[in-house]
Amino acid sequence: MDTSISFKLKVWRQANAHDEGRFETYEMHDIPTDTSFLEMMDILNEQLIEQGQEPVTFDHDCREGICGMCSLYVNGHPHGPATGATTCQLYMRRFKDGDTITVEPWRSAAFPVIKDLMVNRNAFDQIQQAGGYVSFQTGGAQDANAIPISKEAADEAMDSATCIGCGACVAACKNGSAMLFLSAKVSQFALLPQGRAEAKRRVKAMLAKMDELGFGNCTNTGACAAECPKNIKLSNIARLNREFICAKCAD
Amino acid sequence: MWLTNSSVGRKIVMSVTGLFLVLFVTFHALMNAVAVIKFEYYDAICEFLGANWYAVLGTLILAGGFVIHIIYAFILTLQNRKARGNNRYAVTSKPKDVEWASQNMFVLGLIVLCGIVLHLTQFWAKMQLPELMGEHVMRGQDYLRATFSQLWVLPVYLIWFAALWFHISHGFWSAFQTLGTANDKWIPRWQCISKWWATIVFILFAVEACYFTWFFAL
Amino acid sequence: MEENKMNAQPIDSKIPEGPIAEKWTNYKAHQKLVNPANKRRLDIIVVGTGLAGASAAATLGEMGFNVLNFCIQDSPRRAHSIAAQGGINAAKNYQNDGDSVYRLFYDTVKGGDYRAREANVYRLAEVSNNIIDQCVAQGVPFAREYGGLLANRSFGGAQVSRTFYAKGQTGQQLLLGAYSSLNRMIHAGKVKSYNRYEMHDVVIIDGRARGIIAKNLVTGKLERFAAHAVVIATGGYGNTYFLSTNAMGCNCSAAMACYRHGAYFANPAYVQIHPTCIPVHGDKQSKLTLMSESLRNDGRIWVPKNIEDAKKLQAGQIKGSDIPEEERDYYLERRYPAFGNLVPRDVASRAAKERCDKGFGVNNTGKAVFLDFSEAINRLGIDVIRQRYGNLFDMYEEITDVNPGELANEINGVKYYNPMMIYPAIHYTMGGIWVDYELQTSIKGLFAIGECNFSDHGANRLGASALMQGLADGYFVLPYTIQNYLSDQITVPHFSTDTPEFDAAEKKVQANLDHLMSIHGKRSVDSIHKELGNVMWDYVGMARTKESLETALKKLKELRKEFETNLFIPGTQEGMNIELDKAFRLRDFITMGELIAYDALNRHESCGGHFREEHQTEEGEAKRDDENFFYVACWKYNGDDETAPTLIKEPLHYEAIKVQTRNYKS
Repeated sequence: MDTSISFKLKVWRQANAHDEGRFETYEMHDIPTDTSFLEMMDILNEQLIEQGQEPVTFDHDCREGICGMCSLYVNGHPHGPATGATTCQLYMRRFKDGDTITVEPWRSAAFPVIKDLMVNRNAFDQIQQAGGYVSFQTGGAQDANAIPISKEAADEAMDSATCIGCGACVAACKNGSAMLFLSAKVSQFALLPQGRAEAKRRVKAMLAKMDELGFGNCTNTGACAAECPKNIKLSNIARLNREFICAKCAD
Repeated sequence: MWLTNSSVGRKIVMSVTGLFLVLFVTFHALMNAVAVIKFEYYDAICEFLGANWYAVLGTLILAGGFVIHIIYAFILTLQNRKARGNNRYAVTSKPKDVEWASQNMFVLGLIVLCGIVLHLTQFWAKMQLPELMGEHVMRGQDYLRATFSQLWVLPVYLIWFAALWFHISHGFWSAFQTLGTANDKWIPRWQCISKWWATIVFILFAVEACYFTWFFAL
Repeated sequence: MEENKMNAQPIDSKIPEGPIAEKWTNYKAHQKLVNPANKRRLDIIVVGTGLAGASAAATLGEMGFNVLNFCIQDSPRRAHSIAAQGGINAAKNYQNDGDSVYRLFYDTVKGGDYRAREANVYRLAEVSNNIIDQCVAQGVPFAREYGGLLANRSFGGAQVSRTFYAKGQTGQQLLLGAYSSLNRMIHAGKVKSYNRYEMHDVVIIDGRARGIIAKNLVTGKLERFAAHAVVIATGGYGNTYFLSTNAMGCNCSAAMACYRHGAYFANPAYVQIHPTCIPVHGDKQSKLTLMSESLRNDGRIWVPKNIEDAKKLQAGQIKGSDIPEEERDYYLERRYPAFGNLVPRDVASRAAKERCDKGFGVNNTGKAVFLDFSEAINRLGIDVIRQRYGNLFDMYEEITDVNPGELANEINGVKYYNPMMIYPAIHYTMGGIWVDYELQTSIKGLFAIGECNFSDHGANRLGASALMQGLADGYFVLPYTIQNYLSDQITVPHFSTDTPEFDAAEKKVQANLDHLMSIHGKRSVDSIHKELGNVMWDYVGMARTKESLETALKKLKELRKEFETNLFIPGTQEGMNIELDKAFRLRDFITMGELIAYDALNRHESCGGHFREEHQTEEGEAKRDDENFFYVACWKYNGDDETAPTLIKEPLHYEAIKVQTRNYKS
């Protein structure tokens, strides 16, 4: 636990959306391995500020793997080499002394870079706004136990609802497709009776919005599910397809 | 039309045409097997599938399937490249669970297409096409001899079949996933069936090609 | 302090007449409403998109108001409510264990150490059931039994199972529920969503809140927004301590802006320290990770009985699993037999600190205790335990490299698993902007909801009650009470932001930013913030004394000077400048820190999250002084940050509950 490592950090720097951007290399010395990756970035930023330079801008907030804000593409993996973890849950013990660590922003046409490693994921909000909800007025709900829902369905819906909307699926996909994200949301509602009433409308609206926003077409490579920090499963995409086909056939 | 302007719709077109082509390829492999058993039987099949209306209709449907599959492949690939954005990652790495084939379907498809073009010039262009033009054609086995007596054909065909193996091993299960007929249990099952199917087709073709080369060239 | 000015202005908390159980019903029956056609004419600004903010914005939108909703994150879904793990309380009594609205009310008041406003808490307990109905209807996938009905678990400070949960991420699921309703309203055009916007000031026109100045964090430009009412839902001020379980972006700047305009700030000293966090490991640490309180259902908290064992643990010579059962001191079970490991958070935190101060800490810093699952695993099997806490175990392992589900030792046939190490950390702030029964602050038209107000938790919050309060305020309380204010605003046309008041407010904000950029000192924002955190934790932390608080005030003055003269912000105001944004927040954290210290100094008693060492029983339990401190301490700003604020007291009146000493022993 008391060990520390030194390594090269290759970081994407881009002043703003219009800047071309380039990699900068920084030498990091004696970073304790029980430091988290983002704390290591904090150390880098402190160094940069000390030298009078602008710190590296990156999204981060809760630092416990749930808010979905952090979004670094580390050594060829969204959220780095750890599986089932977000960038903030990545610790330096995953790396070796002398490594070169490359840090890039999510790259997708639908996620333009704002600055350095920070991207605009507003497209995800727009997809949800298109239909990711159950329509009813506050206060109009019946008793919570009025509709029994099988534990299996509830658990599966929960698994789908675990998605934190970080965008790693899009970042990992060679097609820049947001199908895993979309399918997780569609699945959560499709599996629960509350969501069935407007299931057809929902899946059509959300998919149309996703297509409109310039995400790619899913080719079932499975990279999304393999890199998902919350282990959202590929079967969600099959469910989305099924829901969509049924909805279209019912038209 | 949702089959053209929605992403899932486009993928459905790819799946349905893809599955159709898998079926065709499978029948083709079985038909070739007849030649291994006895060349005269093969000649009979060739004659049966000459310029009759049902053969022509079949060929047209088949060609349609190919063309749609290929056109959609180009459209999807272009759209997907655009969706990826202008900046590429400096470092990429493939997660363990991701099949190599799945990320290279377009390139694999191109290799398969080149093979098909070559194959068509060697066979179809000399068999059904002239017959449709009213010219006289030879027996099926004569074309086999003409092709496989050249030694370079075998390695080229084997490369072609290998590309086909990769293409089908992903494409087959992917089609069922796209059609929504998969879940946590069936994804691994389809993937397994996919590999087996591709392997059987590959072995059939490869054995047949080797046999013809051995028979005609050596 | 400031006794002479006490109650210079009487405080009207607007508590409705009638018996406690009928107050809210009475209020709703007699309040003024706004008719649907008029709602369209009224604009409401909601700052914040956590449980309170998102639910309020969505509900107000559903009602027909025009809502402008702001958040500093890139999406409303990322507000820090998302990180709540354990669950949400409601008095459904689905488990048939004797729960009722009254019991939830009583537990909350008692858990809050009799410093909450009775009427508010009763209302909270009353609407708690509606929240569960609402969330289930939204498609929140709460845990269920095999029969298909909702499951519950128990939480600290209660003897019934009333906590609804969705795995270890109830906060996320509830927030996504509120976010989905919000999305529906954004889609319908009733809510306009502004992401990556930070409120810098509230604009007051003729004594009423009429808009805000917000900074677009991407462009760096200040923008003006006007409305008929402003709702602040910006969470708590825990990050004043630098290290806390709060998210990095959590800040108290919006609350401080209101405070500087004269909104009272109530009970700032009530800061909750959560007992089950992963201990601090080094000086580069940026935040503390919470391990859900639900772990205390099956986990047992202990330190060694013998100081020698503790010393060996601190030196790293032995591991926790080397110490057999009979050598362990399950100090919570020993001291509080009735509640055991499920005592309220303040009690559990102090007990851990007491043990560590006596030298029984179990890690190299001496500031950790064990949370052990061996007994539960031996009783229920690892599969059951993993099913319940698997994700928390994984999270713990990722951070510390220790797997709590791993068999580590076997002594005399008893299996011992790796225990977790935990230590208390700043988690939640019960204090906040003062609001009346209608959730209106002391400024007309300015409302505060969720964690950022002070209203419902008294001196200590029970587990799974924060989510309840946020959603109660947002879905079921504010949307009613705000109409009582807005009903006479229907003739006021939509506002222009082109007024002298907006000009002045923007100029002031700009001047502040210019000032921060022009300091050109040497120190980074974080380095000063860390120092602030150390001062706060050391002198205004878990145990406070008159001396420590006076020292803190002195040190904070020096720190402010350091900040004002030696801060360095690279870059420009053009575009995104994360350092400038952090500096803006830090300035307010320093003021907040002073406010906490002033309040803690004033309150010569120990209650809930506020513990004054001078005021404890012989056994080390908190000793309240109901005779002299049975009031809400409201602090009024006195014109500038350097001057001490004025105390105004809102006396508490209890009708339904007899105030007594909290007892979790029997």
